[in-house]
Amino acid sequence: MAIKTPKLSWADVTPESVFVNRRQILAGMGALSLGGIAGRGVAQGDLEPNSYEDITSYNNFYEFGTGKEDPARYASAMTTDPWSIEIDGLVDAPGTYDFAELVTGMTMEERIYRFRCVEAWSMVIPWNGFELAQLLDKVGVQSGAKYVAFETLYRPEEMRGTRSPVIDWPYREGLRLDEAMHPLTIMATGLYGKPMPNQNGAPIRLVVPWKYGFKSIKSIVKISLVAEEPKTSWNMIAPNEYGFYSNVNPAVDHPRWSQATERMVGGGLFASRQDTLMFNGYEEDVAALYDGMDLQKSF
Amino acid sequence: MGLADPINKTVRRVPVWSVYLMGAVPMGWLFYQGATGGLGPEPIKALEHRYGLIALQLLVAGLCITPLIRFVRINLMRFRRAIGVLAFSYVAAHLLVWLVLDLRSIALIWSDIVKRPYITIGMVGFLCLQPLAMTSNNWSVRRLGPLWRKLHKLTYLAVLLGAVHFVMLVKGWQWEPLLYLGAIVCLLALRIPAIQGPLLQVRGGAMKSAHPRGG
Repeated sequence: MAIKTPKLSWADVTPESVFVNRRQILAGMGALSLGGIAGRGVAQGDLEPNSYEDITSYNNFYEFGTGKEDPARYASAMTTDPWSIEIDGLVDAPGTYDFAELVTGMTMEERIYRFRCVEAWSMVIPWNGFELAQLLDKVGVQSGAKYVAFETLYRPEEMRGTRSPVIDWPYREGLRLDEAMHPLTIMATGLYGKPMPNQNGAPIRLVVPWKYGFKSIKSIVKISLVAEEPKTSWNMIAPNEYGFYSNVNPAVDHPRWSQATERMVGGGLFASRQDTLMFNGYEEDVAALYDGMDLQKSF
Repeated sequence: MGLADPINKTVRRVPVWSVYLMGAVPMGWLFYQGATGGLGPEPIKALEHRYGLIALQLLVAGLCITPLIRFVRINLMRFRRAIGVLAFSYVAAHLLVWLVLDLRSIALIWSDIVKRPYITIGMVGFLCLQPLAMTSNNWSVRRLGPLWRKLHKLTYLAVLLGAVHFVMLVKGWQWEPLLYLGAIVCLLALRIPAIQGPLLQVRGGAMKSAHPRGG
């Protein structure tokens, strides 16, 4: 099934100049570019994206070190071409897919999302990508599947941060199937109309805007459809601090810090905090996923 | 000790005020960097962490003074007060960034101090340093006499709390804070008579004459 298709980046489809004048596009498109869905929770046009510089210089990607500037400094060592993704478990068409092959036929969109880190900082990021549901439909999810598990590349010779045992490598994340199929959940392959920078999780990463950033796993090499709740890295490290769900919730504090407020990255030395929103502002869209659940317990 | 004497001779010519000056420059420079984009897109956290880290490094440097004399006869005792006062200043700056730039709310500050063990520990460490900073002058040394040395043993607790604060605030178990904690534990262990005695005996009886004042 490895038919090599020419590798097109999102930038090949849309001229960069179109992306540069962001606010004009937004004025024109309104919530349209989100297929209407996210527009209900957070008016996309109200969000002012962080600069490309902010987004690509302040990252958590522990495979390259625990410092915020480490990924920008060291992630260039990661080879992202060729790139393949193994899809296994309860799927009709398991196999190892070439990246280009996997994204062929997907409807690419721009999604301007809030991004809220569990460390109480946030950004607004204009992602390019497609709904994860499309990919799952492509490979055919079988009826027994209840969860989706993801793994990040683990290649020590290119990832200096993995010499430290801070995480039991490879990095793992997971979603419940209905979360994975939700239209807000995307696989991002770029930002600002450019191919995904290595430090942001090239060539393909998950983005789940209503959950803390660490759920949005980077540089994915494996996707498994499974019946049981998969192990996830931060939950393995400190289960009392990082739950499987990790939905953004200002009412549930991290044991070591408050989650009630956050600071927008890029505001400078004198910027103040802002209130954190339930489900990071996507409450209208996603709250129904958790009907009947005690979010204090299932944090 | 062929090396200790030339080092001591050179060091004797360094005026203490220059240590204060060198120590103070990064504080202003980092603030300027933070205000002008030099500390990246999240300068408040960056400044908070940089001040905190320098404070810890200065506290570790302060702990090195006595072992350096005892074990290698390098005498930097005349800089110890400057190092201590600078360390306190950086802890205070670290705290001020947190209060004034980061949280900006008495309610948030209070709930953090009460609810978050790593902040409680950091605050206790800061409070330990308070009387030490206030008595870092010749008048207090004379006034307090032997009590001064006892009082200043609080440094040990403060440094230890500072390192634990650092270990606790990072996500997961990271090398850097653990290395600081390890170094501090070793430096403190050197002050335990049961450990110090045998080490000094290895160095030979000649060292005894070099015993410094202060702990």
